[in-house]
Amino acid sequence: MQRIYFDHNATTPIDPAVADTMAVALREEFGNPSSVHHFGQRAKAVVDQARSAVAALIGADPSEVVFTSGGTESDNFAIRGTAEALERTGRRHLIASAIEHEAVLNTLKALARRGSDTTLLPVGDTGITSSDDLRAALRDDTALVSVMHANNEIGTIQPITELARVAHERGALFHTDAVQSAGKLPIDVKTLGVDLLTISAHKFYGPKGVGAIWIRRGLRILPSFTGGKQERNRRAGTENVTGIIGMGVAAEVVRAKMAAECARLAMLRDRLEEGILRAVPRTMVNGAKTSRVANTTNISFDRVEAESLLIGLDLEGIAVSTGSACSSGTLEPSHVLKAMGFPAHRTQNSIRFSLGAANTEAEVDRAIAVLPGVVEKLRNLTRTPVRA
Amino acid sequence: MRIVVAMSGGVDSSVAAALLAEQGLDVIGLSMQLYDQRGQQTFGSCCTLDDLHDARRVADAIGIPHYILNFERQFQDTVISNFVREYAAGRTPLPCAHCNSDLKFATLLDRARGLGAEQVATGHYARVEQSASGRWLLKRSADLAKDQSYFLASLTQAQLARAAFPVGDLEKSEVRAQARRLGLNVAEKPDSQEICFVPDGDYASFVADRAPAVARAGAIVDQRGDVLGSHGGVHRFTVGQRKGLGISSPAPLYVLKIEAESGKITVGSRDALDQTTLTASGVNWVATEAPSGWVPIAAQIRHRHRAAAGQVRAMDHDRAACVFNEPQPAITPGQAVVFYDDDVVVGGGWID
Repeated sequence: MQRIYFDHNATTPIDPAVADTMAVALREEFGNPSSVHHFGQRAKAVVDQARSAVAALIGADPSEVVFTSGGTESDNFAIRGTAEALERTGRRHLIASAIEHEAVLNTLKALARRGSDTTLLPVGDTGITSSDDLRAALRDDTALVSVMHANNEIGTIQPITELARVAHERGALFHTDAVQSAGKLPIDVKTLGVDLLTISAHKFYGPKGVGAIWIRRGLRILPSFTGGKQERNRRAGTENVTGIIGMGVAAEVVRAKMAAECARLAMLRDRLEEGILRAVPRTMVNGAKTSRVANTTNISFDRVEAESLLIGLDLEGIAVSTGSACSSGTLEPSHVLKAMGFPAHRTQNSIRFSLGAANTEAEVDRAIAVLPGVVEKLRNLTRTPVRA
Repeated sequence: MRIVVAMSGGVDSSVAAALLAEQGLDVIGLSMQLYDQRGQQTFGSCCTLDDLHDARRVADAIGIPHYILNFERQFQDTVISNFVREYAAGRTPLPCAHCNSDLKFATLLDRARGLGAEQVATGHYARVEQSASGRWLLKRSADLAKDQSYFLASLTQAQLARAAFPVGDLEKSEVRAQARRLGLNVAEKPDSQEICFVPDGDYASFVADRAPAVARAGAIVDQRGDVLGSHGGVHRFTVGQRKGLGISSPAPLYVLKIEAESGKITVGSRDALDQTTLTASGVNWVATEAPSGWVPIAAQIRHRHRAAAGQVRAMDHDRAACVFNEPQPAITPGQAVVFYDDDVVVGGGWID
């Protein structure tokens, strides 16, 4: 069966150059970067090479980039590290948007159980946070504001520069989870004006299990776990050398292709979106179409359960998602769509299509051709007569 | 043909899926998530996170796609609420039967058809076949010790037409042997015996948590109406129960009748527990249309009860009357009564 992968926001297939480089490195760069001898020096050198490539992807100085095990660890590090560092100063208030990734929201919940105050900013049906709402929520004891750069479910881009400026007015620090924007949008930490930024390799054709946090020079946040002095004392644990190398190559590759690829993806995404809205009755796009990453469209299908639509499409070889998952593999209603004020049924009938490097026009056209039939069958679900 | 297998993560449904896949059918494994897994790993005895993982591993081993459907709300609405209501009304429910007729072969079947499947198969020990006249028949399984047709007697013709029971012709030992042959990790997994959603078999607490009004003190009386003692809620009792009465008496006393309205529980001697008649409601006629006259059958009134010879006749409003040749102990309101003609299910209903 021909399989079409439209779930790049969940993860991306590894870039061939990344895989090849990692395969060689796995065997040849086995040293521990902390070792004094030749093997350690070699390993340290390749890690720093990767660091430069990742820094270039976000317009940062390499010394400000710390490697981690991924986006979730980086988000935990950014938020807990800041909260704990600022506790002593009496700043115990944390603000985030209501549509943050669970890695941010659940970390805030955990901190709330330990005495922090948290505020979630509303988003309205555009899915975009407003600086007015942030200004109203800020307090003198706000330690940190965390708003994601691009949302994983609907793709909307937040006005980070403006929001960071407002946060700084009240002396709060600003973190942005750029896991979904890295590789899809040009990022420059100086222009964004943020203090902390987090990214994850497997979202831009790198390997899983490695990510990074950017910490503005001069900012001291407390490390998440304690141990050795790796990453300039900021992140203990022997570096995932092969993974980091992979992340570096992925960063280089995606940066070189970004402009052209984003234009191509935007065209494909628009073609898919328009095609679906036209071919399938009672469909609607969720979230503002104007301020959006190029590859994502989130569409609600009236009177169809997303759960069944996912399965029906998978059986036709088309891989999509809703953007939210839970441990057992079933779906929970999207907290993002809920925060946008959509009614219960609409939070459970929406599908996210997120395109990437391997997708073609032919694949888009096939999906448009297949969807109406799958939706039709589900909309016409007959109820088997049962004993009352 | 595309067919959905309801996979619980147990050895029976696993082998059912495997056998269908080996026959070359287009098999899809579906597991139902029936209750919120987040709080407790050991909520019940079946369909826990571990069981869902087992189902996923089996699906992978036999090469079929596997999905998990969230049926928490439907399970709550059809099975759990009925369970609580029945106990509160002084009856003893049979949730597994409701799960089969109202969820597995209803909601799940509808979803399966929406995904292009013709039928739902389960790991039940039972058999379904079509008679010469086109009527769908439900029969006991080949392995009589494992037969679960008692729990499937509410299935309508429309449901039976779309049901498949791949292990119904096999002995349990054969099913485990098949699982071993296929290298399935569930080959030696013990069967789940309890009701799947009640932690530690503590039905009383489960019901009281959801319907606090049941925990109302009431009187325990003898057949003359004399008060012998008191109890903490009718939901703690079932007809035929001997333990937990808190009454000392020379001869053992058994629960004869539970009246939820008044909270009165009537107890009596072992002899008083035997009855020869019952009426049933919500009767589903399977092998035939509702019989207007008395027909000879063997009626089973509990899962672990040897069907006893008697006669049954349909009454109005989907009711039936049944008379046993010999008195039967502990005929319990709320349980299913299933009428058999040899190994064929004639029909079944709920004991009044």
